[in-house]
Amino acid sequence: MDARITLRVDGRDRSLTVDTRTTLLDALRDHLSVTSPKKGCDHGQCGSCTVLLDGRRVVSCLTFAVAHDGADVTTAEGLVQEGEPHPVQRAFLEEDGFQCGFCTPGQICSAVGMLEEVKAGHPSRVTDDLTGPVTLDDEEIRERLSGNLCRCGAYVNIVAALREEADS
Amino acid sequence: MIPFEYLRAGDPAEAVAAVAGRPGAAFLGGGTNLVDHMKLGVARPDLLVDVSRLPLDRVEETGSGLRIGAAVRNSDLAAHPLVRERYPVLARALLSGASGQLRNAATTAGNLLQRTRCPYFQDVTTPCNKRDPGSGCSAIGGYTRYHAILGASEHCVAVHPSDMAVAMLALDAVVIVLGPAGERALPLADLHRLPGDTPQRDTVLEHGELITAVELPDLPFARRSAYRKVRDRVSYSFALVSVAACLDLDGGAVRDVRLALGGVAHKPWRAALAEEALLGATVTEEAFRRAAEAELAAARPLHGNEFKVPMVRNAIVATLRDLAEEGR
Repeated sequence: MDARITLRVDGRDRSLTVDTRTTLLDALRDHLSVTSPKKGCDHGQCGSCTVLLDGRRVVSCLTFAVAHDGADVTTAEGLVQEGEPHPVQRAFLEEDGFQCGFCTPGQICSAVGMLEEVKAGHPSRVTDDLTGPVTLDDEEIRERLSGNLCRCGAYVNIVAALREEADS
Repeated sequence: MIPFEYLRAGDPAEAVAAVAGRPGAAFLGGGTNLVDHMKLGVARPDLLVDVSRLPLDRVEETGSGLRIGAAVRNSDLAAHPLVRERYPVLARALLSGASGQLRNAATTAGNLLQRTRCPYFQDVTTPCNKRDPGSGCSAIGGYTRYHAILGASEHCVAVHPSDMAVAMLALDAVVIVLGPAGERALPLADLHRLPGDTPQRDTVLEHGELITAVELPDLPFARRSAYRKVRDRVSYSFALVSVAACLDLDGGAVRDVRLALGGVAHKPWRAALAEEALLGATVTEEAFRRAAEAELAAARPLHGNEFKVPMVRNAIVATLRDLAEEGR
């Protein structure tokens, strides 16, 4: 059953007709040719399809596009502003935070969303004082990005990239 | 996946009417479990009624506790200042579940109503009494590492996967349910059921009944509470076992205690026998161990998950010991 929806994707309004069964991930990739969100597991276990949906990181494979008519979606591609990489993207480059690159767009969207959560003072499982300020140390970075798997094992440099971000 | 219609409900009553009037309809919250089940063929709704945008997204003080809207996201609930301050066990349980991305999507009601992660339930090529009543249980005699040690039946040994629900159970939460006949309040302890010979039913809710809120009573001593989750991977995995505990001490004795367990049964498990053994007890590891053993006397592990019995015992002792030391 088809539905007509509009999504704002990486700053552009896009109207499309989707079968209700189409996930947000498939709508982006197959209908709009926005291929930076990757299909890894397609079951919400790997995080490679992570996008920012109305500013918050989510996995785009576990939600139907029809449920997001009017939503604002930012993918890793949309984080680039006027040809300049986002600071998190630059940090991944500088610290060599990837190998094959397949998980990287999801890692980066997840990291950008995570940094906003830290800025808002959200604790994590490893935060000692639930009501105190959050210090984004390596343990916090690892915990907060545990929803993004990297089968090349670039974790050490991903943590380094985000440590650099946390310090800046 | 079979074709389905999609309806964004305008208000809770409309949502209830839409689902109650159609046998194949289902509520859609954050979708993190249901969408996956639709992909896997485990769930086959022909109408999705989206309740994720209903005005049920607030956390409010009630005068006698906290009222949590059914659509409040897990991440927002964990970060809520009143939850962090008054019910740390709940914040900790939420933060130990899933990943940052999934907590941003998952809702309070959806978390309660998520289904078991038994691998056979999720695999439509294998018999499963919960998915296909009467077809048999593949876990019994199969892979049982994650399965029940308490309250199971010969028909089903699945466990409820939620962390949040275990903490809420320890906090004596009450679930507010809207149905075609009106609203009712249900203790969370009565929401989930044991499998018996109808494991296809996870809860006592009727088709079309919608959880609209969860209420937490005021429990001052819950400020000293903790959630301990034991698992194969330190983050982003389901519990082997978990313990939610609130402890109130009077000098060296237990004045009051709340204790609930996860990963052990078809429902979040209130450890009432252990609580009873702890009331008035002197605060010693020996007393904690005896209380845990009182609860576990009824444990019937399966071939392959015998380790859970000492694991639960040790997790209870460690959780209570840490809470007792925190208070010194």
